[in-house]
Parts: sequence; structure tokens; C-alpha cells
Amino acid sequence: MSQRSSKNIKFVDADILVIGGGFGGCGATYESRYWGRDLKIVLVEKANIERSGAVSHGLSAINCYMGMQWGENQPADFVRYARGDLMGLVREDLIFDIARHVDSTVHKFEEWGLPIMKDPKTGRYLREGKWQVMIHGESYKPIIAEAARKSASEVYNRIMVTHLLMDKTRPNRVAGALGFNVRDGQLHVFRAKAVIVAAGGASHVFRPRSVGEGAGKTWYAPWSSASAYGLVLRTGAKMIQMENRIVLARFKDGYGPVGAWSLLLKAQTTNAYGENYEAARLDEIKSLVGKYAETTPLPTCLRNHAMLQEVKAGNGPIYMQTQQVLDTKEKENTGWEDFLDMTVGQAVVWASQNIDPKEKPSELTTSEPYVMGSHATCSGAWASGPEDCAPADYQWGYNRMTTVEGLFGAGDTIGGSAHKFSSGSFTEGRIAGKSAVKYVRELAGNPPQVDEAQLTMLQQEIFKPLENFEIGRNEIVAGSVAPSYISPLQGLQRLEKIMDEYVGGISTFYMTSEPMLNRGLELLTMLKEDLDHIGAEDLHQLQRAWELHHRVWTAEAVLRHTLYRQETRWPGYYYRGDFPKLDDADWHAFTASQYDVKTGEWTMSKLPVHHIIE
Amino acid sequence: MPTFTYMTRCDGCGECVDICPSDIMHIDPVYRRSYNVEPNFCWECYSCVKACPQHAIDVRGFADFAPLGHSVRVLREEKMGTISWKIRYRDGRVKEFTFPIRTTPWGSIKPPSDYAAPDANALGSQMLAHEPTALGVEMLPTLPVLDKKEV
Ligand SMILES: Cc1cc2nc3c(=O)[nH]c(=O)nc-3n(C[C@H](O)[C@H](O)[C@H](O)COP(=O)(O)OP(=O)(O)OC[C@H]3O[C@@H](n4cnc5c(N)ncnc54)[C@H](O)[C@@H]3O)c2cc1C
Ligand code: SF4
Ligand code: SF4
Repeated sequence: MSQRSSKNIKFVDADILVIGGGFGGCGATYESRYWGRDLKIVLVEKANIERSGAVSHGLSAINCYMGMQWGENQPADFVRYARGDLMGLVREDLIFDIARHVDSTVHKFEEWGLPIMKDPKTGRYLREGKWQVMIHGESYKPIIAEAARKSASEVYNRIMVTHLLMDKTRPNRVAGALGFNVRDGQLHVFRAKAVIVAAGGASHVFRPRSVGEGAGKTWYAPWSSASAYGLVLRTGAKMIQMENRIVLARFKDGYGPVGAWSLLLKAQTTNAYGENYEAARLDEIKSLVGKYAETTPLPTCLRNHAMLQEVKAGNGPIYMQTQQVLDTKEKENTGWEDFLDMTVGQAVVWASQNIDPKEKPSELTTSEPYVMGSHATCSGAWASGPEDCAPADYQWGYNRMTTVEGLFGAGDTIGGSAHKFSSGSFTEGRIAGKSAVKYVRELAGNPPQVDEAQLTMLQQEIFKPLENFEIGRNEIVAGSVAPSYISPLQGLQRLEKIMDEYVGGISTFYMTSEPMLNRGLELLTMLKEDLDHIGAEDLHQLQRAWELHHRVWTAEAVLRHTLYRQETRWPGYYYRGDFPKLDDADWHAFTASQYDVKTGEWTMSKLPVHHIIE
Repeated sequence: MPTFTYMTRCDGCGECVDICPSDIMHIDPVYRRSYNVEPNFCWECYSCVKACPQHAIDVRGFADFAPLGHSVRVLREEKMGTISWKIRYRDGRVKEFTFPIRTTPWGSIKPPSDYAAPDANALGSQMLAHEPTALGVEMLPTLPVLDKKEV
């Protein structure tokens, strides 16, 4: 084991360490180089930044663009939209900050070579909806990866970051990170003055709809392993809105997105009998959530709610009537490119099941829940806001710094700022990158020191799953059943089952309650104990073992947040059967949690929601 | 599966191993060819398929919902800046599409350090790189500073 343990260490010193080379991380790397010409900027990634993260196969739209140059939208309009979609609960300062910068990001993407579609009549970017522009986006990720590679001092691919390292004397200050090379097992110790976590959100925290071989066919990428939360929350950073898991309406099994089909091509969604069920259920929705039912557009969660009620009533399958809108070759191309650029699996479903969208409608369904901070929900770390416009209690340090000193975040990592998507995540990375440069400059000869005791302890912990396997494997003849260890996949399946059945996954129609959550917590606590007994047969499985760790910690935060808030906050994302209604007067607040590293206790609290835009 | 490698086409170059975001394309030590070690953690992202110089990787839809007999093949031509798809249905129908992927030469992006260094004071402003020019408007939008007592 020696080649995979404490003796084989590579130390890397950096001014700024960026963890995760997806959209947030690439943005952070680019911007920190712009401002910090002389700084050592290191990007570390568990895959290969060329095709890593949620945008690996590409995207067909940029979902966050104002169009200020044409007077299309202003940042304040965007805040109103995002606030409406989340039924009032967003960090308006963070969203405003992204919205006012996002156009410069998108213009840069175009300059770099991303083909953005144009409206032939106006010459402007072709809009999918009010906030989205259409792209030929198959190479979206390689293009932004090129920009990031040219900005970083060093890029380390295939390093699974397992932990953040803290300062020796000041427990609330970050000092770097620790991870191992998935190819040769070498331990990497990154010592850094500032750390930006952009390690993405979480799939596979809840049981997916697909089974067996198909289990990896989720909407958010199967490699989105909750590291953004698993790394950050264990430092004691304050987290918010972790109960705000997202459920998406997508084309069944292929997870093809519905946006371009409904917004651009204007295809109708109906029940099995061709009826527009959403309009028919409006009064019923109003009785559940009151004024929020009057928001235009109807909040995403409430549209899910209508679909769920319809399916429960036996009026499924729900269909997208694609055949009604594909009357030209151009439209057919647009419809297909929407998937081929972003979820090729949808084309596979159509080809295999003989569904030609020109002839037949396609089924829609709601997905299993995901935990993320960049899409239509906003789970993540509580971050300091922009200096010029954040309310006083949203501001304690540098923009996008978490409650841990020197620890910044972007994209899925940062809570409260929903609707950033790809361009907004990159933009938030830019904001964090610039802030981190400022932080490093102002440290002035007072850099953090890695806590050696913590380092020694973690070195042992990281490789333990390999040891567990090597020792435990000798007890059995062959096969996967062993008395003293479980595999990462077995652990993952247990996690998914607990979360699905007790915390509101697909099998309960997203329903949970206090007794269910308490039982779930009991079982989750035992799973956490069993994490010490994960057996990894090789380095690939060791990566899976640490992805599982990050998912389990994230799951616990989701569960505790859901338990703390005694109401159904976003019907269609999850329901509390014991508190079915929304109680706006009491609960118009953010849910926060903080894990205490020393005692292992979680503290739950509420934080105020400030409306800074009318 | 869903990705699999045609044994006779693969030469074991490892491009697919290098690119897979899920770290599941591995080289078999006996045959020296690649294979998918963990099909249930494949996303059908096609990154490996696009990267393979021998066109040795294909995808078979996930067995839990995709009947056999279909194929979705791809050819990504970086120099030409295009990607082409050939979709064969279970019943034999074929659909073909070609889309652009990039408008500038690969490698042509100007790194941030090639731009004039920003003024040191600008670090304290709210402006990001290339702004306000890159925004397309003259000024970065701001909000009135809040009265701290109000919040
Ligand atoms: C199918 C799909 C369709 C979408 N459609 C659109 C769309 O049309 N338009 C749009 O604008 N947005 C869309 N999005 C959303 C967009 O992709 C995300 O909002 C955005 O990518 C989030 O950026 P991020 O940097 O937070 O995460 P990511 O881009 O996922 O980056 C996270 C990175 O961290 C790395 N990482 C994770 N854990 C570790 C670890 N422990 N150690 C080291 N590295 C690690 C990952 O490999 C990855 O590279 C879509 C997403 C999906 C999945
Ligand atoms: S990239 Fe193609 S040729 Fe190379 S190892 Fe993979 S399958 Fe074989
Ligand atoms: S399709 Fe994507 S996830 Fe599947 S093996 Fe290829 S690169 Fe990996």
C-alpha cells in the first residue's frame, strides 16, 4: 500500500486554488488570471477539464442572458423573475450581481468561437425564451476549457479532491485541499492562500428512475457527486436552502429538456387525453399556495405539481405534442439539435422506440430530485454579497466568500442565487476569482499554514477503503458479499433508498413528514458509520468511495433542512404531509445549517430574506 | 452497456480513457483494448465516442428502456468545425444532421494575460475583466446603497 499512502506525496503551493474545472471553475480561473498576473493559480479537477462537469456533452442554449445592449432585459427584471420562480426566496443581491455581469461573459464566449444563433430579422441573438439564447453548443465545454487552460499556472486533471485543509492556528480559515490521483494514487496536498470551490451539485442522492444498467442515465450528470457541498459543509461553513432540492419535468427516460420545445417551437404539453391540465388545475393550486399561483410565469415547482396531480389521477402519460410543431425541415433540425447538443440519450430513446417526433408525441415525466445551486433552485453555501449593494447582514467579507475565511465558491456551490445556469455559473466564478485576488493581495504576508495534525489524520483516512478491501477480501472466496465491508455502489444504493423512501423521492411522490424524516435520519446515521467500512478494490473505486462520502454528507444536510422547516415550501419539489400548506407569514426566511467539526453537532437557524428590488 | 468498444477497430490508444468524465473507459490488460468498466455510471455523453480516432466506440441504449436495433453515430470534425449525426431507427429509418461547433480556429482564444494589465485601483471596483466594453452598455448597472437600518 505504500505507493498509495503517506510516503508518496506531492506538495503543490498556490496563491489561488480552484477546485473543479466546470463552468464556475473555468470562470474563476480566467478572471483571477486577469487581475492576478503574477499569482500562481492552480486548477484541480477529478476528470479532464476538456469534457468534465455538467456540460460535458454540450448545451443547446445559454439560459441566462439579459441582452442589455438591445434593451431587452435589465438585471432587476431578472431578479424579479428568479424571485417569482422560487416563491419569494432568493438572495437578490447575488442574483442582481450575476445578472449585471452575465452579458459580458456571453459576449466573450461568442468572441472565443461559440456559435450563437441569430434572429435573421433583428440580427440579435435568437431567443428561446425571455432569458435564454440558442447556441450550436456541442463544443461549449472544450471552448471554455481552452480559455481556462490558458489562464491557469497549472492544471491537475484526474485528482479527486476529498477534503479541504484548515489553518493551524485559526480554525475558521481554509489553508488548501487534499486529494489523490485516480491514475497512480499519488496523494496531492495543495497549500493555498485562497480556495475557490466549484465542484458541482449532486445527482444520485435520491434513487433515480432508471434501473439496472440505466442507473447512470440521470438528468444531472452521474459524476456530479455533491463535492461542492461535501467539501464545504465539513469545514463548518454555513449552508442555506439545502431542502430546496430540484425536480425537473423532462422527456421520459432520455431526460431531454423541454425548454426549446415549449418556448421556441411552442409545442403543447397535455395529458393523455389531449387536455391542457395546467390551466384546469389553477384554482386548486391557488388554494394550496395562494398568491404564488398568480406569478407569471407559473413557478417551475407548481407546474410540476400540476403534472403530478394529473398522473396520480390516472390521466397520464403526460405528452409533449411535438408532431404539431415540426412542420418545416428547419424546425425539425432545431428540435433534434436541442438534444444532440446536450442529451444525446433522448435521440437514442426515439431511435430505439421508433418515435419520430414529427409523427408522434413524446412522454414527459418528473425526474428524481437533485441538489444544486445553479439551476432553478438554490441549495449551497451562504456567501458574502457584492460590496456595493448587499444588505449589511449579507456582507461580512469579500464577495462570494463563504463564512469560512479565504474559502470562496461559484456555481452550484453558492446558495441563494438560483437561475445562473452555465453563463451565470461562469460569471459567478469570475466574481469569486476577482475577489480571491483581492483577498490574497490584502493578506500581506499573513498566509495560512496547513494544520499538520489534520493532514496526518486525513492521509490515513483517504486510503482506508483500499485497506478495508484488501483485508476483508481474504475472508471470502469470491463474489461481492463480504461480512466486513460494502462496496461504494452498495453504499450508494442504500443512500438512494433511504432518501427516496423517507426524504421525498419518486417512490412517495416527493412526500415526506416528520416521522419519516426522523426514521430516515436514523438509517442515514448508520450509513455514515458504515462509511468507515467501505471497501475499494482499486483507485477507481476509491474515487467512488469519496464521491459517496460527499453525497452522504450532502444528503444529511438536505434531510436536516427538510425536517427543520415545518411546511411544504415548494409543492412539486417536495411535500411535508404533516404540514401540507405554505405559511408565508412565519416562514418567509432562509433555512441555514452549520456543522460543528469539533462536536459533530448541526445547528439549524433562519436567516432573513431581504427584498432589495421592488 | 451503454458504450462498448468494437474489438477489431480499437488500437488501445487510450484517448477514451483520458476523456471520460466518469473514469469508466479502461484498457483491458489482456486484450489491450478499451472497455466500459461501469456501464451503470455512463451518461451517454458521447465524449469518448467523439474522441476515438478509430471510431471504435458505439452506444447501445440502456437496456431498461431502449429496445435493440437502433444506433446513434457521430463524427466530430474539429478542423471543419462541424459535427454530424446519423440516427438509425429500430425499424430501419435513418435521419442525418450536421451542425456547426465553433466559429474560430481551435487554440485561438486570447489568454487574459495578453490584455493590458488593469489599474491596481480597479481591483476595488465592481467591474470584471473587459468591462464595461464587453457588456455592450456604457455603465455597469448598480443599485442604490441600502440604508443599513432598513434591512
Ligand atoms: C442535461 C443538462 C442540461 C442543461 N441545460 C442547460 C442549458 O441549456 N443552458 C444553461 O445555461 N445551462 C444548462 N444546464 C446547467 C449548467 O450545466 C450548470 O448550471 C453549470 O454547469 C453548473 O456549473 P458548476 O461549475 O457549478 O458545475 P459543473 O459545470 O458541473 O462543474 C463541476 C466540476 O467539478 C469537478 N469535480 C467534482 N467533484 C470534484 C472533486 N471532488 N475533486 C475535483 N473535481 C471535482 C467536476 O468534474 C466538474 O468538472 C444544464 C445541465 C444539464 C446537466
Ligand atoms: S480511443 Fe478508440 S482506439 Fe483508442 S483506446 Fe479508446 S476505443 Fe480504442
Ligand atoms: S459516453 Fe461519456 S460517460 Fe459513457 S463511457 Fe463515454 S465518456 Fe464515459
